[in-house]
Amino acid sequence: MKPRERVALSRPVADEVRKTTCYMCACRCGIDVHVKDGRIRYIEGNRDHPVNRGVLCAKGSAGIMQHYAPARLRAPLKRVGPRGSGQFQEISWDEALATAAEWLGKVRADDPKKLAFFTGRDQSQSLTGLWAQQYGTPNYAAHGGFCSVNMAAAGIMTIGGAFWEFGAPDWERTKLFVMFGVAEDHDSNPIKMGIAKLKKRGARFVSVNPIRTGYSAVADNWIGIRPGTDGLLILSVVHELLKARRIDVDYLVRYTNATWLVIDAPGTAEHGLFARDGEGRPLVHETVTEQIVPAGTNGARAGLSGRVQLDDGRFAVPSFQLLAEKYLDDKYAPEAVSGETGVAVDTIRGLAAEIARVAFEEEIFIGQPWADMNGQRHQGYVGRPVSFHAMRGLSAHSNGFQTTRALHMLQVLIGAVDCPGGFRFEPPYPKPLSAHPTPHGRAEHFGSNTPLAGPHLGFPRGPEDLLVDEDGRPARIDKAFSWDAPIAAHGMMHMVIANAHAGDPYPVDVLFMYMANMAWNSSMNTAGTIKMLEDKEEATGEYRIPKIIYSDAYASEMVAYADLVLPDTTYLERHDCISLLDRPISEPDAVQDAIRWPVLEPDRDVRPFQTVLLDLGARLNLPGFSDGHGRPLYKDYADYIVRHERRPGIGPLAGFRGPDGDRTGRGAANPLQLQRYIENGAFFSVHIPMEAQFFKHANRAYQDFAVRMGFFDTPQPVTFQLYQENLQKFRLAAEGLRAPFAPQTHRERIVQAFDPLPDWYRPFGEALADRNEYPCHAVTQRPAAMYHSWGSMNAWLRQIHTRNPLYVPGSICDEIGLKDGDWAWVISHHGRIRVEVARMEAVNASTLWTWNAIGKRAGAWALDADAPEARKGFLLNHLIADLLPPREDGLRLSNSDPVTGQAAWYDLRVRIEKAAAGGGSEPQWPPLAQPEPEAHPSELRYGQEWAQ
Amino acid sequence: MHPAPSIILFTTLSGLGYGLAAMLGLGLLDPAHIATKVGHVLALMLIAGGLLSSTAHLGNPQRAWRALSQWRSSWLSREGVMAIATFIPLLWSAWLAVVESRYFWLPGLLGTAMSALTVVCTAMIYASLRSVQAWHTRLTPACYLLFAAAGGLVFTAFLAACSGMLSPSGTLAALAALAAAWGMKIKWRTRMQELSPLSTPESATGLGAIGQVRLFERPHMTENYLTREMGFRVGRKHAAKLWKAALVAGAVVPMILLAAASMAGPASTFAILLSALAALGFVLGILTERWLFFAEARHAVMNYY
Amino acid sequence: MTSLPALPTPKKLGLVIDLDTCVGCHACVVNCKEWNTGGYGAALSDQDPYGAEVSGAWLNRVHSFEVVPEGEVVGEAGEARIVHFPKSCLHCEAAPCVTVCPTGASYKRADDGIVLVEEDKCIGCGLCAWACPYGAREMDLAAGVMKKCTLCIDRIYNETLEEADRTPACVRTCPANARHFGDLGDPHSHVSKLVAERGGIDLMPEQGTRPVNKYLPPRERTPLGASAGLLLEDTNDATGFFGWLDKMLDRI
Repeated sequence: MKPRERVALSRPVADEVRKTTCYMCACRCGIDVHVKDGRIRYIEGNRDHPVNRGVLCAKGSAGIMQHYAPARLRAPLKRVGPRGSGQFQEISWDEALATAAEWLGKVRADDPKKLAFFTGRDQSQSLTGLWAQQYGTPNYAAHGGFCSVNMAAAGIMTIGGAFWEFGAPDWERTKLFVMFGVAEDHDSNPIKMGIAKLKKRGARFVSVNPIRTGYSAVADNWIGIRPGTDGLLILSVVHELLKARRIDVDYLVRYTNATWLVIDAPGTAEHGLFARDGEGRPLVHETVTEQIVPAGTNGARAGLSGRVQLDDGRFAVPSFQLLAEKYLDDKYAPEAVSGETGVAVDTIRGLAAEIARVAFEEEIFIGQPWADMNGQRHQGYVGRPVSFHAMRGLSAHSNGFQTTRALHMLQVLIGAVDCPGGFRFEPPYPKPLSAHPTPHGRAEHFGSNTPLAGPHLGFPRGPEDLLVDEDGRPARIDKAFSWDAPIAAHGMMHMVIANAHAGDPYPVDVLFMYMANMAWNSSMNTAGTIKMLEDKEEATGEYRIPKIIYSDAYASEMVAYADLVLPDTTYLERHDCISLLDRPISEPDAVQDAIRWPVLEPDRDVRPFQTVLLDLGARLNLPGFSDGHGRPLYKDYADYIVRHERRPGIGPLAGFRGPDGDRTGRGAANPLQLQRYIENGAFFSVHIPMEAQFFKHANRAYQDFAVRMGFFDTPQPVTFQLYQENLQKFRLAAEGLRAPFAPQTHRERIVQAFDPLPDWYRPFGEALADRNEYPCHAVTQRPAAMYHSWGSMNAWLRQIHTRNPLYVPGSICDEIGLKDGDWAWVISHHGRIRVEVARMEAVNASTLWTWNAIGKRAGAWALDADAPEARKGFLLNHLIADLLPPREDGLRLSNSDPVTGQAAWYDLRVRIEKAAAGGGSEPQWPPLAQPEPEAHPSELRYGQEWAQ
Repeated sequence: MHPAPSIILFTTLSGLGYGLAAMLGLGLLDPAHIATKVGHVLALMLIAGGLLSSTAHLGNPQRAWRALSQWRSSWLSREGVMAIATFIPLLWSAWLAVVESRYFWLPGLLGTAMSALTVVCTAMIYASLRSVQAWHTRLTPACYLLFAAAGGLVFTAFLAACSGMLSPSGTLAALAALAAAWGMKIKWRTRMQELSPLSTPESATGLGAIGQVRLFERPHMTENYLTREMGFRVGRKHAAKLWKAALVAGAVVPMILLAAASMAGPASTFAILLSALAALGFVLGILTERWLFFAEARHAVMNYY
Repeated sequence: MTSLPALPTPKKLGLVIDLDTCVGCHACVVNCKEWNTGGYGAALSDQDPYGAEVSGAWLNRVHSFEVVPEGEVVGEAGEARIVHFPKSCLHCEAAPCVTVCPTGASYKRADDGIVLVEEDKCIGCGLCAWACPYGAREMDLAAGVMKKCTLCIDRIYNETLEEADRTPACVRTCPANARHFGDLGDPHSHVSKLVAERGGIDLMPEQGTRPVNKYLPPRERTPLGASAGLLLEDTNDATGFFGWLDKMLDRI
């Protein structure tokens, strides 16, 4: 080497590596933060971390720019100008907390339901939920209602788990992987790593998505389905499998309710419910002795078909007979669904054939003996190496609950749930529905200065568990668990502002929100929502929603509408726990949780929201937060994480428990627990024994393991509910057969949507729109390099997505004369937006789309007012109504799934018209004033001080 | 390619300067005449101005001296070296003319030869780039050389007119050089327009085996260094108009005016005016031609954008 | 001296990029930026970072192309597809960027073939960027020097890093395993084998640059429709189906 070629090859990267957990999205990868001279030199994936194994995505790699973004809030703020003006005054934390405590204390004493407390994309719901419960308002939820509750609810109600946080494809073994809809935003690194594994093995990856970007771009087969029809495609595949008899009968008999007898007594209150014995055990037909016996009776050969007479004289059939009869119907034949789905007959048939071929002809066997819950020994695990994944593509339709149920049914029919090569549960899941609470929030559940009688959120087992008064009116501000959305298991955050503004079912006094950009991309009907936040009572001159407390780390659009702003830290400046009590990071093979800790100290007057919440809890004298005399039980969130116990010996973190830190799952609090986590790379992982790794829903060793770990106090096996009895109870209520009866206004809708067998109906947004006037779909995709609205303040990420065009199928471009860079109007029944267009061929021919949440309001996120995000970027939200069009009786229901209340973002129907050239996007608002104007650098040279 | 004013000025001014210097080096004008002295100074100023202008393009002009080091491999370095070396005979000649009012063949002819070489080096900076197919031809140095010669002769004609020595042969030479230069340029441009692209989006991505390749999304949405530097696009109609303007201003006008000047008689003020206008027209024509030289050239990297 | 090494370099370090696997997530793009902005040479600056004309220097960028098959293509007839396309310096054997450099700042290392810029010598003339057909070089507008991929030379030979981490930042961070680093001069290296197995290609071979980096084209695909005939339909009506079920139950 010549002397001149010498470069410093072995410079140490930084002074120190601090390992923590990323929060640039909700994926929760482990990161190594290299700190040099007190600043971040470099962030990389933690090689030892089970979630990401060293890799890190664009968002995570841009953490530096997130951490130092000028949009960071700097101190508590009190609004001094009108809402939306952005005029604030910095105040001290003492004043901020005293103000909040005064507002909240008064409401708690007077009428606790007048506090609506909703949190966005945070990962501390076990704390926020507990806080809200101790406070005593019925109005608490996180953001799942507008995010993906259909995924969670349908999964839990069908198989006792769900995609992403509660399960994952067996990436190591699966041979056919079918992904439905956009999934780039959650579990992103594990999915990318998984796809890489499939590619390496030559496994087939099929993507069902109207748009062929992201993961779909590398799929071996892309099915460019018409939005909202996935359920029909799935049921057609089921039809084909049944017809060809390619189902796993053994699996169905063992692990599902296929054999359970369904009462066939039309016109009675129990029609369609399971026949049960005196102890409530479901009954089956034992076909050898021709007797009706409880399910699970040893040695019983339970029938899957045949109408039988029960001891009480009524007739019943096994639920599987109903299932088979339903889906064998020719209306599910590929020929019958091809038109609606836009998928070719041969493709549907080919998909079904490949699923069948791989499941049954490429079976895997792992010779690990194991025992099931009946004590029966098995020689090994039989794997059907077909796996599925779905996220909001299915979820964000008003038929998403049933569609997701259909997908789980498909997995179960081929015997591919929690087997080698299939979809596998991640601890603490599977968890049967019976292990979930019912919701609390009816009038008898709360009162002045009293904690709520139980958890806010859960699963109603039937109409009797709804949170409604005797007239059927909703008890909660978001109308979750009312007849509007009976199984709104995650609440309906998207309806809170509209309902509070309308005073329907009642007005609130304080709206308290965390990390949810409701004044922009997290709301449907964004323009209307902004107006609701600004609206005042004519009589009093007071805002319709009188007090808004908001916590965020950045100057988002929502900050401008708060009366009191509690500035949060960045993710590198605080403690967090990614807890098994909450949204875990377990893997199918391992129980895992993790922490964040302050790898950098805040340089501003900000505090972690969770610590602030604990402080407020103490000031409000909430049980569990205060010693009763206003003295806090916990110094800060770190202290809470270590010392809080949900049940004796069960705390937020499962690792390093006990006085010596050697207990796992159960154990006394360990004061050094966080230190141990930090030493371990900020996570904890314990492997599940091999004999417990599969068929966890029915695996004795796993169930014992789960009890040992403290997930449950007794074994909680799951029987997959292909036929969902709870849904039938709602149907009976809607048919006026079973009390409590559904109100007349809701009966038709409930009868339609609550089919106890997975069903498909046309999404409301489409069914109610004029198909000729609005011939196109408009949906969003999730860019891999930007997480929701978190990223436009990031100088690196915003260069990748500085603005968003509307992608228009080539055939539509040709038809109305659009070319790249032209402008167009997109019009729905609710509104119109003006957008820049770009042509695309690899897209469903009736689908327009754009990247999600790139459009920003001028002045927000500390961007210049002329930033392209604001001037050319746009949101589809302006086209999406929060309410469905009025029905004939005038009733307007939420634009949501009728079962779960999941916001139906993707039901949107539009038409597109060419607009004049040039200009910018519309609608536009006056630029928001920055709450804390800070001169932006005109140039960044990050790291120049370290340049050689 | 982005038509950067600094580079357009550089190639235009230095080309004219070297052209004029080369003609002066042939000793065709009376070294004692004030116009010739001015001519020498003018040539040096054009060259210096051009070189100075080129440094405006540099990110670190204070290190420009380093550019002299790589003459064995880099045409830009050769150009720099030649430019500096050429100053020696040119300053010598200028000194002799301005101070001593005399012509000496040694620095004169040396200056002529080295000026020509310098112009070739300048041209080769562009012609050597395979990535810009329009430039990557021997026609490029031919154009540069002929334009320098034509410019030199047009300016020489003007100076001759000023000193009352405009000869029909001088005029004829200028006319011939103009015709040759623009003829060569027409050939150059025709070649450019008829080129089938060496590289395409299909070859750039290797995806041609699957089908036709079209950019779907830029890597970053806003402009970047590459698109600003290499992504300049001029409208076909606009370019055609400018090309006509360049031909009229740079070829037709100077040729007619020079012919007229020649007919006006060697000592007439009219001839001075006409030849001055001819020179002005030529400069405008070359500036336009040079703008198009960059603006119409497509860089291979744009197959990715 | 900006002449290229007279003899082929004993090693040809470079990248192999798998277009069949890249999902276009930009992880490599951003991780490259954050590694290199505090590493080799001047910071990678960003201009107008919070304004309308935001732009910066990046050493690696991911383009997206739409490819529309012409005529009958096996498995994909008529189907357009998106291909994500990461692009950084290809460390060409006949690197035109090196030979045009007037100052000697650009050079190709004789032992491993890495093309580097010695920034102290760079005058920022931009000619190397013009010479590169791939757009691999970008001027840093704040420092006025040319920036380019160094193959993370301050990682791959960095003895303060663990052995496993001595790989370019883009390769280490790629979640989809679409990037591979190694010696393409060694036919037995894993990257050379990948290129051989998957038919790795050169970009713009007609430019005569002889790039070291290779691209693995998307694999051929079989349409689902080809399997449509595999399902033999046994069931014409529900009765037959339930009869079959009964038989199946007996086998359990």
